[in-house]
Amino acid sequence: MIRPVGDAAFLVEVDSVAAAHRVWAALRAVRIDGVREAVVGARSVLVHVDPAGCDEDLLQSTVDGSGPDTAVPAREIGIPVRYDGADLAEIAALAGLRPEEVVERHADATYTVAFLGFSPGFAYLTGLDPALVLPRRATPRTQVPAGSVAIAGEHTAVYPQPTPGGWHLLGRTDLTVFDPDRARPALLTPGDTVRFAPL
Amino acid sequence: MIRVLSAGPLTTVQDAGRYGWAHVGVPAAGPADHLAHAMANRLAGNRDGAAALECTLTGPLLRFERPASIAVVGAALHIDGEPAEPGRRIDVQPGQTVRIDAAERARSYLAVAGGILALPVLGSLATDTLSGLGPAPLVDGDALAIGTLRTRPRTARAIEYGQTLRVLPGPRADWFAEPLPRTGYTVGPRSDRTGLRLTGPPIARCETRELPTEGMVTGAIQVPTDGLPIVLLPNHAVTGGYPVIAVVISADVHRLGQLPPGTPVEFVPVDSATAREEYRKLLQRYGSPNR
Repeated sequence: MIRPVGDAAFLVEVDSVAAAHRVWAALRAVRIDGVREAVVGARSVLVHVDPAGCDEDLLQSTVDGSGPDTAVPAREIGIPVRYDGADLAEIAALAGLRPEEVVERHADATYTVAFLGFSPGFAYLTGLDPALVLPRRATPRTQVPAGSVAIAGEHTAVYPQPTPGGWHLLGRTDLTVFDPDRARPALLTPGDTVRFAPL
Repeated sequence: MIRVLSAGPLTTVQDAGRYGWAHVGVPAAGPADHLAHAMANRLAGNRDGAAALECTLTGPLLRFERPASIAVVGAALHIDGEPAEPGRRIDVQPGQTVRIDAAERARSYLAVAGGILALPVLGSLATDTLSGLGPAPLVDGDALAIGTLRTRPRTARAIEYGQTLRVLPGPRADWFAEPLPRTGYTVGPRSDRTGLRLTGPPIARCETRELPTEGMVTGAIQVPTDGLPIVLLPNHAVTGGYPVIAVVISADVHRLGQLPPGTPVEFVPVDSATAREEYRKLLQRYGSPNR
């Protein structure tokens, strides 16, 4: 289902993150007149277009043509983590687990980068153990250290910059998640798989 | 080189914007009023998307340490204390001071022939006031490097701002009990380059589930849980979790950058054929953007 968003974008709605990645990959593989950028969402891909017009037929057929056979370029990223986050004890208490069990369940899982937003390089990862699903903190922090590994709802994420944040802090990595001067500025892009390794 | 004697409330470097990185969460940034920015650049003899200064409400006081040609759109100016004309190219001599006065509306633009020079970040010189990418906003004492290219000034048209914001129905209009009210909203004080935070009657939702995060566009009118609409400006975050009830048409987005706090807004619904026609007319009047 493709619906217009104003006169300079179309929203492609899908029923899964994997489908969103396939649509996104298909759009990136084709040069469509008037199509500028595509942004992955949780259940959608937003396609920014030239308000003067774009090749809507080719856009539609490219979206329709994406399916289980569409290759999604993806990398496997390992993230070393010191699991000593400020909220570890509280997460354990809320989840009814010992802190070591929280760490085990977080580090055992294999995650997928669903989409990025909120701030440059901030990737929402799916695949979190259901036992660790918690609502956001009632009071967000005014500043979360860069490299913080955190959870909220069904996602886990690594904060790229020191920003305000309402997620629960599990630990920290020294990896640079976002560096605009690097050849690949964002460590994590949609479709990548991620594993966390306790230090 | 330009010495910043007084930076003003918020003066930033803006070029056409930072594009191509939205998929990794990088906002476009760029001018809040892309037309006024382009016109200032044309008058200075630059390409439309050259780096220029965006001044908010009151502009800066600058001292030019070498000869330069400048153009100001959207505010009156004084050179060495004497009034000078906006809307045309002016040659400035070393040692002269330029003061950009209060904007006629909300923002004004100062372009220098050859452009403002700064370190590009992801291919753009734009100050991103949301994420912090790009050069920091000007502070007193800053030294700004400027280019030296001199070309002939191009003509610039006076910009029409109109009285209303024409809108198309948003992708989540069906999440709301009623359509976006045409009147009753005013630009609130917490508005900035990411969006106009409107004050007025809260808009009620009829859909209570959470919206899965989706990409956002400049001009989108988002309605958060408190029901008070936010009209997104070019420095908005690339994704959002609030339903969008309507979207300002592309032909009108430049108006969003020129609505100071306290301004009442009126939304006029149009259809997509009208939106397309109005954008075509905009390109015809002002010329296609040459980034």
